[in-house]
Amino acid sequence: MTQVQDMKLDGNAIAGLLREIFAVEMTTARGTCASCGAVNEVGRVEVYIHAPGTVVRCPDCEQVLMRVVHGRGRYWVDMTGVRCLEFAES
Amino acid sequence: MARAAVLGRLTWQFGTLAEIVRETPRVSSLFFDVPEWPGHLAGQHVDVRLTADDGYRAERSYSIASAPQDKRLALTVERLDDGEVSPYLVGELRAGDRLELRGPIGGYFVWRGDEDRPLLLIGGGSGIVPLMSMLRHRGRIGSKTPARLLFSSRTLADVIYREELEHLGAAGDGLRVVHTLTREKPAGWTGYTRRIDEAMLREVAWPNKDSPAVFVCGPTPFVEAAASLLVAMGHDARSIKTERFGATGG
Repeated sequence: MTQVQDMKLDGNAIAGLLREIFAVEMTTARGTCASCGAVNEVGRVEVYIHAPGTVVRCPDCEQVLMRVVHGRGRYWVDMTGVRCLEFAES
Repeated sequence: MARAAVLGRLTWQFGTLAEIVRETPRVSSLFFDVPEWPGHLAGQHVDVRLTADDGYRAERSYSIASAPQDKRLALTVERLDDGEVSPYLVGELRAGDRLELRGPIGGYFVWRGDEDRPLLLIGGGSGIVPLMSMLRHRGRIGSKTPARLLFSSRTLADVIYREELEHLGAAGDGLRVVHTLTREKPAGWTGYTRRIDEAMLREVAWPNKDSPAVFVCGPTPFVEAAASLLVAMGHDARSIKTERFGATGG
C-alpha cells in the first residue's frame, strides 16, 4: 500500500506527454469523470506511470479516466473514463 | 497554419551548460544558455533526455529554478544514486556540454504574481525548486504579496538555497521563511525539528478565510500529508495546488 502510494504522481507529471498528443497545454484542461461526474483540472488528477502505460485516475472516485501507451512511434489513448475534456485553444 | 501547428508542438532543443553551483552535497544547480528559449512561468518544468550511443533514451522532468526574468535557464537537480539521468547531470556534465531539453511544460502549478491573494508555499527537499522560481519571480517583480515558505529538509546541510532564502526572507518585503528539519537538531537551531503537522501549519499557514494561493511540492507522501492536513483545517482541496515527485529514480 505504501509502495503504491509512493508511485502515485499527478497530472503535472504527464504535461509533456499530453502536449505531444494534444499539441496544447493540458494541465489546466478540465476533465469530467464518466464514473462520478467530478470535474478536475488535469494537474490535479492521479497519475501512475509504472504500469506498462500511463494510467490516470479520478482524484475523487479513483476510477480510471484515461490510459495512454506510447511505443514504436505510436500512441494508444483510451479515454473511456472521461466524459468531457474542456481546454483552451492555444 | 503549418507554422502555428509547429509552434504548438514541443520541440527538443539543445542548451549549453554555462555554470554549475553546488547547493548541498547531493544537489547542484545547472545554468544553461538556451538560444531558442521561449520564456517560462514560475513553476513550470522541462523534460530532459539523454541518448546513449546505442540509441537508448532516458527522459526525465525537472522543475525550472530560475525566475522568468533570468538570463539563463536554471535547473536544480538532486543526485539519486540509482537514477539513470541525475547522476549524469550532477557529476558528469561539464560547463560547455550540451543537453537536450524541451519546454517549458505545464500550466497548472504556476504562480504568475498578478493577484493579491497571500502566497503559501510548502516544500519538501528538492520540492523547493519550483517554489524557488516563484519566490525569485516575486522578488524580481517587486511584489509585496504576503508570502510564507515552509521548507522541510532532513538536516541543515541538506537545506537547498539556504543563503539565498535567508536573504529573501530578510528583505522586508512580506516574505517569511520557516524551516523544519526532520532528522537533526543542530546546536542553536531555532526552527522546527519535526515533520510537518497541524500545529505547525496553524502557526505558519494563512487561514482559509484569507484565501491563500497554496502550492505544495515534494515527494508523494510529503505532499499527501501536507495537503490532507490543510484540507482537515478547512482549506478547499481545489485551492491547494500540488506537485508530486515520485520515487521514480531520476
